[in-house]
Amino acid sequence: MSVGRALVLLLALAACRDDMGEQNKDVAYDPSGVWSDGASTRPRVAGTVTRDAPLRVIALAEPPEVTPALLARGRERFEIFCAPCHGFDGTGDGRVVQRGFPRPPSYLSERLRAAPAAHFLSIIADGFGVMYPYGDRVEPADRWAIVAYIRALQLAGGDAPQPDPARAAVPVETPFPPADEAPE
Amino acid sequence: MAQDFEPRANTVARLILAGLVLMPLTFVGLGYALERSDYVTGQNETVEQPIPFSHAHHSGEIGIDCRYCHTSVEVSAKAGLPPTTTCMSCHSQLWTEAEMLAPVRESLSTGVRLKWEPVNELPDYVYFNHSVHVTNGIACTECHGSVGEMRLMRQAAPLTMDWCLDCHRDPVPYLQPPEMITYPYRTTSQMSEIDQAPLAEFYDIHPGGLTDCSTCHR
Ligand code: HEC
Ligand code: HEC
Ligand code: HEC
Ligand code: HEC
Ligand code: HEC
Ligand code: HEC
Repeated sequence: MSVGRALVLLLALAACRDDMGEQNKDVAYDPSGVWSDGASTRPRVAGTVTRDAPLRVIALAEPPEVTPALLARGRERFEIFCAPCHGFDGTGDGRVVQRGFPRPPSYLSERLRAAPAAHFLSIIADGFGVMYPYGDRVEPADRWAIVAYIRALQLAGGDAPQPDPARAAVPVETPFPPADEAPE
Repeated sequence: MAQDFEPRANTVARLILAGLVLMPLTFVGLGYALERSDYVTGQNETVEQPIPFSHAHHSGEIGIDCRYCHTSVEVSAKAGLPPTTTCMSCHSQLWTEAEMLAPVRESLSTGVRLKWEPVNELPDYVYFNHSVHVTNGIACTECHGSVGEMRLMRQAAPLTMDWCLDCHRDPVPYLQPPEMITYPYRTTSQMSEIDQAPLAEFYDIHPGGLTDCSTCHR
């Protein structure tokens, strides 16, 4: 009798499923059977105008006021997206170039000092030659910030500040020695 | 009349009594240990990917910032994984013949996206948000380990509820300054050299509601 009960209880255990953990809905990165490419995250339909599209046009139209905050933002974005190739000082010897990527022209050249801001804005958005576009990753307001920082680099003439530790790879001096430690 | 119990029966009875107490304890203990074992939490597991992408190479040695590839980490719940064009912004010119990168070139020409497999995954009933953490002083390495040393990505933290709560009860000792948030390495000396008190004020941390159930289960 009690053996029978135990077996029935065991059956109940077999019915345990992780329904809450794997809910019947699509979240980012979930596979989906509905779409032909099998992904539940959808690309934007061609020709879609986003709600903030007018704001982005306005942000690009007028140069923002140059403030320390704008330059700080510009420096951060520049070091994330441009410095790998153009270098922290803008001379064009970034780490990716040191490993064989074609060398871009120096920002410090006469020609690029004289180039208007629009030249830089359009290259960030649409790319240039072998350089890919960055418009999908650098917002209009940030494009202005980067251009302001490039102007600051041109004024500094190759005398750029030390990059943040987050962008300084191993061969460059790091504030802390790396050690193989997983967090508890 | 023969004796029902031999002299050693006393010992046996004691052992059984002790066993009655110890058995459940052992089972509970084993269950507890199993729940937290790497086998159940997935900690330290690596996952097979379409391309053996090395963070040690790209973040550690080349020093590419996390946000070059995980672009939305500061503004949305999801960090975001890089699309094919992000890889091609360098690999259109570099290692263009490498067998290892063939899937990237194929994805660019066919338009079929690369299928990166998830490494860190929470159950659907947990709400997690990257932006609130990385803009409030919690570095990537706090949760993802020393990414700059990983040839293959692995899950560095158990991602259990008590792991989240350990920090949410008092996040102040875990805070780092803004420029260290995407630093690819992690060491203990790193944390002890930082004075967290001014950072708590800078980030305006209020742990008050952080342990409410509705913070993470909404
Ligand atoms: C993957 C490497 C790489 C990255 C990252 C990169 N560039 Fe470039 N850039 C190049 C190369 C190479 C050229 C030269 C292209 C050519 O001549 O075909 C170039 C050219 C340029 C030029 C044109 C110079 C001229 O001759 O008029 C500008 C301006 C520029 N980049 C700005 C930027 C900015 C701003 C960023 C960051 C948002 C950036 N680049 C990120 C590699 C890169
Ligand atoms: C050159 C692009 C690139 C850079 C830079 C980069 N990553 Fe990644 N990251 C990827 C790709 C591609 C994947 C997916 C493949 C994998 O899991 O290894 C990934 C996966 C991850 C994952 C696992 C995602 C999951 O499924 O759970 C974490 C965590 C992560 N990266 C953290 C970081 C951190 C922290 C940094 C900065 C120190 C960083 N990454 C820099 C490209 C990059
Ligand atoms: C900013 C430039 C850059 C981006 C973006 C980039 N890589 Fe790389 N990658 C490099 C460089 C430079 C090397 C060569 C390093 C060397 O020679 O030391 C490399 C090497 C590699 C290698 C072979 C070397 C190895 O052992 O890992 C693979 C595989 C690779 N990358 C995959 C990827 C994938 C996948 C992506 C997209 C998620 C990506 N890379 C994005 C710059 C980049
Ligand atoms: C407080 C802990 C924590 C911090 C800090 C953190 N992550 Fe995560 N990360 C997680 C967890 C938990 C997941 C799994 C999320 C899920 O399954 O919904 C995750 C998933 C990811 C993923 C894959 C899924 C996605 O969101 O796109 C990437 C990529 C990633 N993290 C990168 C980063 C980067 C880069 C940073 C730093 C800028 C960072 N993480 C900081 C905890 C953290
Ligand atoms: C290392 C510390 C740390 C870890 C680990 C951590 N968090 Fe947090 N979490 C924070 C901090 C700091 C904040 C922001 C507090 C503030 O804004 O005052 C936060 C905020 C949040 C918020 C937003 C709260 C709100 O209402 O604004 C959510 C949701 C959250 N965390 C979920 C999680 C989950 C789920 C996990 C585990 C997978 C986790 N966190 C792990 C430190 C951490
Ligand atoms: C800081 C975020 C956070 C808070 C606050 C939180 N939880 Fe959780 N909870 C989690 C995470 C993450 C998991 C998933 C654990 C796992 O996958 O192992 C979880 C899992 C659970 C589970 C499922 C356990 C299981 O093993 O299936 C229950 C039940 C639960 N939580 C209840 C609560 C209750 C009740 C509260 C309030 C007292 C609470 N949680 C507060 C993050 C949180």
